[in-house]
Amino acid sequence: MYAIEFKDVAFSYGEGGFRIPKLDLAVKEGEFVAVLGHNGSGKSTLARLANGILEAERGSITVFGTPLDEKHLYEVRKQVGVVFQNPDNQTVASIVEDDVAFGAENVGAPREEIARRIDFALSAVGMSEYRHATVSRLSGGQKQRVAIAGVLALKPKIMILDESTAMLDPRGRKEIVDVVLRLNREEKMTVILITHFVEEALLADRAIVMNRGEIVMRGTPAEIFARHEELTTYNLALPRIAVIAQRLSEGGMSVKSTLEIEKLADEIAGELSCGS
Amino acid sequence: MRIVAEHLSYTYNPKSPFETKALDDVSLTIEEGEFFGILGHTGSGKSTFVQHLNGLLRLPSSMKRYREKRKKEGECKTVLRVGDFDLASKKTDFRALRRSVGMVFQYPEYQLFAETVKDDVAFGLKNFSDKKLSADEIGRAVRDALAAVGLDYGEVANKSPFDLSGGQKRRAAIAGVIVTKPEVLILDEPAAGLDPLGKRELMELLHRLHKSWCKTVVIVSHDMDEIAENCTMSAVFAEGRVVFSLPPKELFKRHEELERLGLDIPLTAKLCRALGARGVNVDCDFTVEGFVRAVLALKEKGGRA
Repeated sequence: MYAIEFKDVAFSYGEGGFRIPKLDLAVKEGEFVAVLGHNGSGKSTLARLANGILEAERGSITVFGTPLDEKHLYEVRKQVGVVFQNPDNQTVASIVEDDVAFGAENVGAPREEIARRIDFALSAVGMSEYRHATVSRLSGGQKQRVAIAGVLALKPKIMILDESTAMLDPRGRKEIVDVVLRLNREEKMTVILITHFVEEALLADRAIVMNRGEIVMRGTPAEIFARHEELTTYNLALPRIAVIAQRLSEGGMSVKSTLEIEKLADEIAGELSCGS
Repeated sequence: MRIVAEHLSYTYNPKSPFETKALDDVSLTIEEGEFFGILGHTGSGKSTFVQHLNGLLRLPSSMKRYREKRKKEGECKTVLRVGDFDLASKKTDFRALRRSVGMVFQYPEYQLFAETVKDDVAFGLKNFSDKKLSADEIGRAVRDALAAVGLDYGEVANKSPFDLSGGQKRRAAIAGVIVTKPEVLILDEPAAGLDPLGKRELMELLHRLHKSWCKTVVIVSHDMDEIAENCTMSAVFAEGRVVFSLPPKELFKRHEELERLGLDIPLTAKLCRALGARGVNVDCDFTVEGFVRAVLALKEKGGRA
């Protein structure tokens, strides 16, 4: 049984609007999948289909075997938490603990249980000491961690991050990535991470690339970033380090493409010393 | 227009429990013609600084009460000049200043509001103008501004700005700032949230504007690669102070100090450092092109020796 499975899913935003012609994707429990693709390729639509914000026109989406349909919508939603891009658009209360409790209160969790979940969720994202803080006075990274805590309080098994680090500074981005990695590695949380950042995608077990509503590349992140021509076809920029390796080899050096700084440095140093 | 700041300090919510000193005795000069990068952590004072440059935040010395008090205590030493505008003076013509210093905030597309793109772009022009402009003059300026940001007037002018794509929205918002033909264009994280190709296109646009439209461009950025690749000069803010004011090719040689401040360095600088540890010294300007050129030159030299 897969954590989440899309089978022959089709969707469109009305006639002439953006559409997903056919989508098949199966993610195993505990897996960490990165979703890449240029703006407008369908990544966010995928996220929204996954927890029933949008409804598929055809095909089936199942979460741990439960079909995502009208009857099971709320049940499935508890399992699939989504964290969006803008931290300011997803806080509902002014105090951190109230904000974290909101989702859990909404699904009618008992009072003592909610208190326990807030403890758990805030400690999972490293924000326990901010329990009584005012949300609006937190940094972007801290706000996003509160948003993640709000999702965790629902005890989901799958977490989808839709460019949740795009509006953060490097420090805030690292805070979020660390939290997500820990949840994935230690709590066996299934993670679907939508991102434009190469370094984030490289942390995933597996990556997919979307283009015009379809999944056009599948593989490990390193495999995908090595397929330069295809990436360019799908309007994705090559990682900067791959560009450097490519230019050097065009300039007559025999360096292999790599995504690791130390490896590239080894190659360059080796090449320079054998030349002299 | 040359920008000169000396001994500039600013405190938010003074004399309250939320008092925060955002700028602490900052002195910084931005020469005319630079493509200037300002970097630093969130909360380091970058935005507070740039908001002074078009009078969004005012020096206390431009306020009468403060000046009168200070007169008794001796002269106030803060200097803030943008071209001929003396922002420490209470006589500053802020409309004229804002025509000359354009400010593009983070995610400027969130500020689009008018019914059509052309009205949205025209708003700043009408707002900051000191005389009534004819429909012809406005039309021409809007047309020029849209062309400058690479939008087709015929295609977008009468559309709702909310029907544009993300990248187009950001361009339209920038057009609404450059429509007054500012000499200085300041952008707070202009490429944030865009995908990598969108980022590249936006930086190309800024270079085009720098050549033909605004003499000085100032960007606030967290992206070290972006600074290394694009800027002629840079300043690093930390805890309300300017800790470095150097061209990127000098700045990124100081990687140890930058990392002590918790700041990243560009990929090219990381590669130079890794090569240095292997006994290969690469001297470059930290752009991708410059790095590749320097390495290939080393190979050439080694081959001949």
